[in-house]
Amino acid sequence: MPTSTDSIADLANREYKYGFVTDIESESTPRGLTEETIRAISSKKKEPEFMLAWRLKAFRHWLTMSEPRWPNVHYPPIDYQNIIYYSAPKQNPKLESLDQVDAELLRTFEKLGISLEEQKRLSGVAVDAVFDSVSVATTFKEKLFELGIIFCSFSEAVQSHPDLVEKHLGSVVPYTDNFFASLNSAVFSDGSFCYIPKGVRCPMELSTYFRINAADTGQFERTLIVAEEGSYVSYLEGCTAPRRDTNQLHAAVVELIALDNAQIKYSTVQNWYPGDKDGKGGIYNFVTKRGACRGVNSKISWTQVETGSAITWKYPSCILQGDNSIGEFYSVALTNNYQQADTGTKMVHIGKNTKSTIISKGISGGRGQNTYRGLVKILKGATGARNYSQCDSLLLGDRCGAHTFPYIEVKNPTAKVEHEASTSKIGEDQLFYCKQRGISAENAVSMIVNGFCKQVFKELPMEFAVEAQKLLGVSLEGSVG
Amino acid sequence: MLEINNLHANAAGNKILKGINLTVSAGEVHAIMGPNGSGKSTLAQVLAGRESYEVTEGEVLFEGRDLLEMAPEERACAGVFLAFQYPVEIPGVSNMYFLKAGLNSIRKSRGLEELDAMDFLALIRERMKILQMDESLMTRPVNEGFSGGEKKRNEIFQMAVLDPKLAILDETDSGLDIDALKTVAKGVNDLRSKDRAIIVVTHYQRLLDYIVPDAVHVLFDGRLVRSGGKELALELEKKGYSWIEEAVLQGK
Repeated sequence: MPTSTDSIADLANREYKYGFVTDIESESTPRGLTEETIRAISSKKKEPEFMLAWRLKAFRHWLTMSEPRWPNVHYPPIDYQNIIYYSAPKQNPKLESLDQVDAELLRTFEKLGISLEEQKRLSGVAVDAVFDSVSVATTFKEKLFELGIIFCSFSEAVQSHPDLVEKHLGSVVPYTDNFFASLNSAVFSDGSFCYIPKGVRCPMELSTYFRINAADTGQFERTLIVAEEGSYVSYLEGCTAPRRDTNQLHAAVVELIALDNAQIKYSTVQNWYPGDKDGKGGIYNFVTKRGACRGVNSKISWTQVETGSAITWKYPSCILQGDNSIGEFYSVALTNNYQQADTGTKMVHIGKNTKSTIISKGISGGRGQNTYRGLVKILKGATGARNYSQCDSLLLGDRCGAHTFPYIEVKNPTAKVEHEASTSKIGEDQLFYCKQRGISAENAVSMIVNGFCKQVFKELPMEFAVEAQKLLGVSLEGSVG
Repeated sequence: MLEINNLHANAAGNKILKGINLTVSAGEVHAIMGPNGSGKSTLAQVLAGRESYEVTEGEVLFEGRDLLEMAPEERACAGVFLAFQYPVEIPGVSNMYFLKAGLNSIRKSRGLEELDAMDFLALIRERMKILQMDESLMTRPVNEGFSGGEKKRNEIFQMAVLDPKLAILDETDSGLDIDALKTVAKGVNDLRSKDRAIIVVTHYQRLLDYIVPDAVHVLFDGRLVRSGGKELALELEKKGYSWIEEAVLQGK
């Protein structure tokens, strides 16, 4: 049930809420990308040899690739030599407690409402806060450690668990996968690493907050989650970014691995700077997210609420390898003003009796363009595979667009694939009905949109669902009128 | 309470209302009858503030205020309620949440405190009895999957909760079987009070067997051409609308 529809009125005239810039000295590599840049990143991070070798292979492969042009999005060419690939906030070399973290940095977290101390004391959420490219503080580690759960920054994992990293890195998204994934593999600066040992149910939601800060710094995050046999983890990813005039490139890679009977639930609320109301500025969000259901009865669920970014290009996917494994994708993507989104999922059924569910809700307002692109692929051996897809689009106004590109490939005759799609406009009738009951136009739109998204919101953890609804309210600003 | 003077309105360039005059006082129930296409629903929608109709002439005063100057939600807050002929579905929004948002918005505009979940629940439980509503309808999305009868009952239920000063019931009887009609009529009768005015818009007389009006008006070609007591409705039932049409065309 929607709970926060009345907040939209006071939010209606607000500028992007998280558009402030924190003034902290950064230690950066020079602009541009060469093998030297990569060696510099690797050596700054004191990485073992296998990491450097992997990065260099990725880089050399990337040089042979060209940027994909098939997405239904439009943007000026990106100058990859004009990007700073590594930027770390300067800080004391070793941090034993929060007292040692840069005070300015802590204030930024507080502005974002994610004060680590608060988090520690109240919420029971362990936060691996990624500020620009380096993780500065990690909480609840000891508690997780007792259960054998590893939850740390990627850099830390490279140092302390190189064997696990070497084994799994690139095993779901290889460095050759696509242009942006290859770029990420070459230059990624940090990210999160999470390992849930056999039979362990992670007792809290693991959460990461990303924040892009230093000007013109491309962000290349890398997340790797491994759920061993019979384990369970729910992971939250939330993003905010300060406003900028020049577009910022973000090319993250997320890899999930679920073994026998393991379950991973990955939830995202994405609120990067979308550009101003004329379409200037804003983040380019080109992300590769993929999960491998390796084991029997394993399950991976992606839930995403996308309201930010000038351009979103991402397809959280599931490779359903293990027999009886399950893949789920629940998505709300909202585009307003000049935002563009080309998003969806891929469900690849390999094992027997594998099941997948796709629920996609696209909302377009202003001049926003919203594209759903999805692939359901049933391979020969996937006897008894089933898929259900539902793609609904909601249009606010008549200058926006909604597009749906469902691809279905079935190679096994026993498979069942269902696809339902709808496009609707917020009706004059619905608005008038709400208004006749005393509800203002803004609240009515917010209510109708929240209702439209309910199927997805109910998949989010409670506090995230509330945040998502508020975000939707902010993002809908000026969409009717 | 309501005073309509020489009201003219267009829909998509066509003249629908051509000079309506009507005065309704608190405590009264007026029936507006007429053949299809006479402008009954247009009148109801114009009073509620539907933007797709253009008022070209005339005025409407509601408790002395210029109703036509007010936005639809302001009219609702001032106490104007329209029971829709075709109640609208809002997927994913529960009936209860919808109604609570409306009620609290109206209360807020009147300087009253908003009801919290508990008080609201107590209120709707009490009002549900009047309409013999099943509580499960409350948690279902607004009108989605409701039967025709449930939708109409839900409209009157909303009226019972929002407690308007002026209620306009637009063809509330259409599509109801006799049992549902009786339930809805009973609900409306329970809501009759000396402080409330009700306008019942209907094609058929049968609703007026159960909701007995103080006055009956016949709308034909955008004008109220006859007014009388409840016996006028019975006469229409007997003779049909054609005798009025003929009388009007002959200039009587």
